[in-house]
Amino acid sequence: MAGVASKGGEVRSDTYRDSRTWLLLPAWLTLVVLVLVPVSLMLVYSFLTKEFRGGVVWEFSLAAYDQFFCDRGLFGDEPCSIEWNYITIFWRSIWQAGLATLFCLIVSFPTAYFIATRPQSTRVIWLFLITIPYWVNLLIRTVSMRFMLREEGPVNNVLVWIGIIDDPLQMINTSFAVQIGLFYSYLPFMVLPIYAAVERYNFTLSEAAADLYATKYVTLRRVIIPSIQPGIIAGCILVFVPSLGAFLAPDLLGGAKNFMIGSLIEEQFKGNAGNWPFGAAASMILLSMVMIILTLYARQQSKALGAGS
Amino acid sequence: MKKLLKSTVAALAIAVSGIAAHAEGKLAIYHWFEYIPQELLDKFSAQYNVEVVMDTYDSNEALLANLKAGSMGTYDVAVPGDYMVEIMSNEGMLDTFSPSEMPNFENIMEQWMNVSFDQDRKSSIPYQWGSTSFSVNRDVYSGDINTTDIIFNPPSELQGKINVLDTAGETLTLASLHLGIPQCSTDREQLKVLNELVQNAKQHWASFGSDVAKDVLVSGDAAAGMIWNGFGMKAREEGANIEYAYPKEGYIVWMDNVVLLKDAPNRENAIKFMNFLLEPENAAAVTNFARYTAGVKGVGPHLDKALGAAPELNPPAGGNPQFVQACSEDVQKVYDTIWTNLKK
Amino acid sequence: MGSRKYNIRAYPGFIHLTVLCLLILYLPLAIVAVYSFNNSPSIVVWEGFSWRWYLDVFIGLESAKFKLAAKNSFIIAIIAATVATVIATFSATAMIRGGRFRLRTVSFGLISLPLMVPEIVTAVATLIFFNSIGFERGVLSILLAHIAFCIPFSYLPIAARMQGIEDTYEEAAQDLYATKRQAFTKILLPLMMPGIISGFLLAFIISLDDFIITNFVKGAGVETLPTAIFGAVKQGIKPNIMAISTMLLAFSIVMVTLSYLISKSDDKT
Repeated sequence: MAGVASKGGEVRSDTYRDSRTWLLLPAWLTLVVLVLVPVSLMLVYSFLTKEFRGGVVWEFSLAAYDQFFCDRGLFGDEPCSIEWNYITIFWRSIWQAGLATLFCLIVSFPTAYFIATRPQSTRVIWLFLITIPYWVNLLIRTVSMRFMLREEGPVNNVLVWIGIIDDPLQMINTSFAVQIGLFYSYLPFMVLPIYAAVERYNFTLSEAAADLYATKYVTLRRVIIPSIQPGIIAGCILVFVPSLGAFLAPDLLGGAKNFMIGSLIEEQFKGNAGNWPFGAAASMILLSMVMIILTLYARQQSKALGAGS
Repeated sequence: MKKLLKSTVAALAIAVSGIAAHAEGKLAIYHWFEYIPQELLDKFSAQYNVEVVMDTYDSNEALLANLKAGSMGTYDVAVPGDYMVEIMSNEGMLDTFSPSEMPNFENIMEQWMNVSFDQDRKSSIPYQWGSTSFSVNRDVYSGDINTTDIIFNPPSELQGKINVLDTAGETLTLASLHLGIPQCSTDREQLKVLNELVQNAKQHWASFGSDVAKDVLVSGDAAAGMIWNGFGMKAREEGANIEYAYPKEGYIVWMDNVVLLKDAPNRENAIKFMNFLLEPENAAAVTNFARYTAGVKGVGPHLDKALGAAPELNPPAGGNPQFVQACSEDVQKVYDTIWTNLKK
Repeated sequence: MGSRKYNIRAYPGFIHLTVLCLLILYLPLAIVAVYSFNNSPSIVVWEGFSWRWYLDVFIGLESAKFKLAAKNSFIIAIIAATVATVIATFSATAMIRGGRFRLRTVSFGLISLPLMVPEIVTAVATLIFFNSIGFERGVLSILLAHIAFCIPFSYLPIAARMQGIEDTYEEAAQDLYATKRQAFTKILLPLMMPGIISGFLLAFIISLDDFIITNFVKGAGVETLPTAIFGAVKQGIKPNIMAISTMLLAFSIVMVTLSYLISKSDDKT
C-alpha cells in the first residue's frame, strides 16, 4: 500500500481514459465542496470581526491574528508586545506531541523490528495484535487510560502494592498523563511503517557488517537504522501530526488546565470563549504548520527516491 | 450495476427519512448537564405525545456562545442563570409569552415573580435556585473551611488538589468576593489585582472542570472543589466525606430559569413544557434529583426528607450571598482577557 | 556464514519491549472490560461478577438515549461508508486504469486531503461552512462530513487492490467484444471485491469512531455513540459506559477479524 499512499497508486492501463473525468467527478465535487471550500471559508472567517458576545460580523479585521501575536495588556490599550500565551500553547503542543512521538519510537522500533524478523506465518498474527486496539474508539481508549492513571487506579495500586512508592502518584491531570494518552492513541501508527521498512530491509547488509567485525549495536546504528530511516520518519509524522491537534487527551487526561492547540480551538467554538474568528485563525496557523511539515517530508522523500535510483 | 445503484439509493433514502421522522410534536431543550431526571422527560413525553431531545452545556457562557454561533432557531427552551437571562434578553434572544398561556403560572413563588433580570416573568419561569461556593474533603483538611482562602490561598494540604469551575462568571465573582472588591469593577488597579490573584492561585489548582466537579470529589481526584450546593450534596451522598463551605467573604447565589428562546421551532410545546415544570409535583421531582431548591409553591409534600436538614440547602444566617452581575462591555472584555490568560 | 556464533537478526530485549508494547495496548482495555462486569455502582471496588451494567445499557433509564445514538451511529456509518466506497471505487478506476493525465497528482492530493488536514481543523472548517450557508445542523450534516473524510480511507485499499490486478483480463474480455462497461462490471468489479470490502469496512469503522468532527457539526439533540459517551464520561466514568465500551471493543474485534479473513482468503486464490 506504500505506493498508493505516496502517489495514489501506479497507472496500470488506460482502459477507462475516456470516462475518467466522469469517474473522478464525484470525488472532486465532494471534496471540493466539503473540504476545500470550507477550509477557504475558514481562512475568510479568520479575518472577520468578532461580535462582543459571540457571533461574527462580516467586516474585515486583523483582530484574531492580533490577539494571537500581540499582547496589548489587560486593558487592550498598550502597544503591541509579543503575546507569549498562544505561542506557549503551540510550543507546549509541539513539545507534548514530540515527547509522545519519542515514546512511541522507543517502544515501536524494537517491536516492529521483532515482528518483521518473525517467520512469515506468525508475523501476520503479531501485526493483527498490534492493530486491533487501533480499531477501538479513540474516546474509549482515552477514557480507559484515564481510569488506569487515576489516583486510586490500577497503576497506582500496583505500584503501591509492589512497594515502589508509598503514596499514590498524582498522574491524572498532568502533562505526563497527556503524553501517555497521546502515546497510547497513536502507537500503532508508528509500528506499522517501521515494520514495513524493516520487512524490506536486506539482511545481507547486516551479514556484511558482521563479516567486517561490526558489533551488533554498531550494525544497528550504522547500517539498519539508516536504511529503514524512511519508515521511521513516516511513523514519526503519522504520530506527531495528529498529536499536535489532539483534543481528547488534553481534555480528559490533562484536566483542561494546560491547553493544547486542539483544546484552545475547541474552546472558541464549543466552550466559553465563543470567538470564531480567533478559532479560525488558530486553526489556520495549525494547518500551516502541518502543511509545512508535510511539504518538507515530501521534499525529503523525493530527494531520497532520486538518490536511490 | 444500475439496479444495484438504484436499490442502494432507495435504501439510503429510506434510512435517512427513518432518522428524520417524527418531526411532528418535538421539543428541543438546551439544558445544563445532570439537571433534570430522565423520568421527568419521559413523563412529559408520554403525557403530551412529544418527542423530547436535549443537549447539555456546562456554563452560562457556553450556552450564550453556542446559541450566538448559529444555534438560535434550533432549540425551544434553555435554562440560563439570572445574569445570563438579562444578557440574553438584551441581546434579543428571548421570546415572550403571556401568563394566560400557562395555567400554572400562578404557582410561581412571590419572591421569584418580580425579579430584576426579567420583570414580571415575561419570558422566563423559575427552575431552581441555589448557591455556589466549594466543598472540602474532611479526610484531607480539618481546619476552617469557611473562607475563600481555601480556593485562592489554599493551605498546604489542599495545594494542587483543587478543582475550579470552568466558568468565568462564577469563578471571577468568587475571586472578587475574596478580594472584597465590587463586581464588574471598572477600577484598573482592582482589575489588575484580580488578575494577579487568579494567576497566582492557578499553581494550586489541579483542574478546571464543571461537569467533573462532583466526580473529582467523589473519586478523590480532588480534595477541594468549587461546586454548586446541590451538586455538592450529591457528591456527599455518593460517599465523599466532604463539607460544603459558606465563606465569610461571601458566596454566590443564583436562580436558573427556563426561558422561551426566540425563533423556537416548537413554541407551543415549549409553553407546555414550561407549564409542566410549574406543576409542584414536577418541580419537586427536579429538586429531588438535582438537590437545589424550587421556586414553585406547593412542592413541600413531594420533597425528599433528606433535603430539609441538608447543610448545603440551609445556609447559616448572616452570610454574604451575592448574585453574579452582568458587566458592561468594557469590563467584560477585561474579564475575558483575564480568563483567557488564565486558561492558556 | 553458518559458523557465526550469534544470530545477526536478533537483538536481546526486543521481545521484551514487544511484550511491553502489547501490554500497554491491551491492559487499559482489558481492565475496563473486567470492570464492566463489576457488580457495584462504584468503579473502584470489586464486588463480584454481574451482567447488571449490560442489562442497564439495554433496559436502564438511559437506554433510549444510547439506543438512539447507536442507531444514528450505525445508519450514518453504513451510508457514509457506502457512498465513500462508491466514490473511491470510481476514483481508483480513473487513477489506476485511466492512463496518465495532467490532473492526476492534483486529484490524488485532493483525495488524500482529509488525511493531511488535522481533524480539528476539518471540524472547524465544516462547522463554519454549514453555518455560513445556513445548512441546518443535524444527521445530514454529520453524514456529509463523514462521507468526505471517509473517501481516502476507502480509496487506499481499493487502489492498492486495483494496482495488483493485471489488465489482461479486461483486455481479453474486450477482445471478445465486451464493452468497456461490461469489462468493468463483469470482470474488474468482481476481482476488486476484496479491496472494495476492506475499503468499506475501513470507512465504516472510521465513521463509527469519529468524535471530533461529529461533535462540531451535530445539531440540536442529535447524538452518535461517541458523542453520547463523551457527554457521559465528562461527568465521570460509570460502569454502564464501561459495558458499552466493552461491546464496542468486541464489535471492533469481530470487524477486524472479518476483514482479515476476507483478505486472507483472497491471498489464497
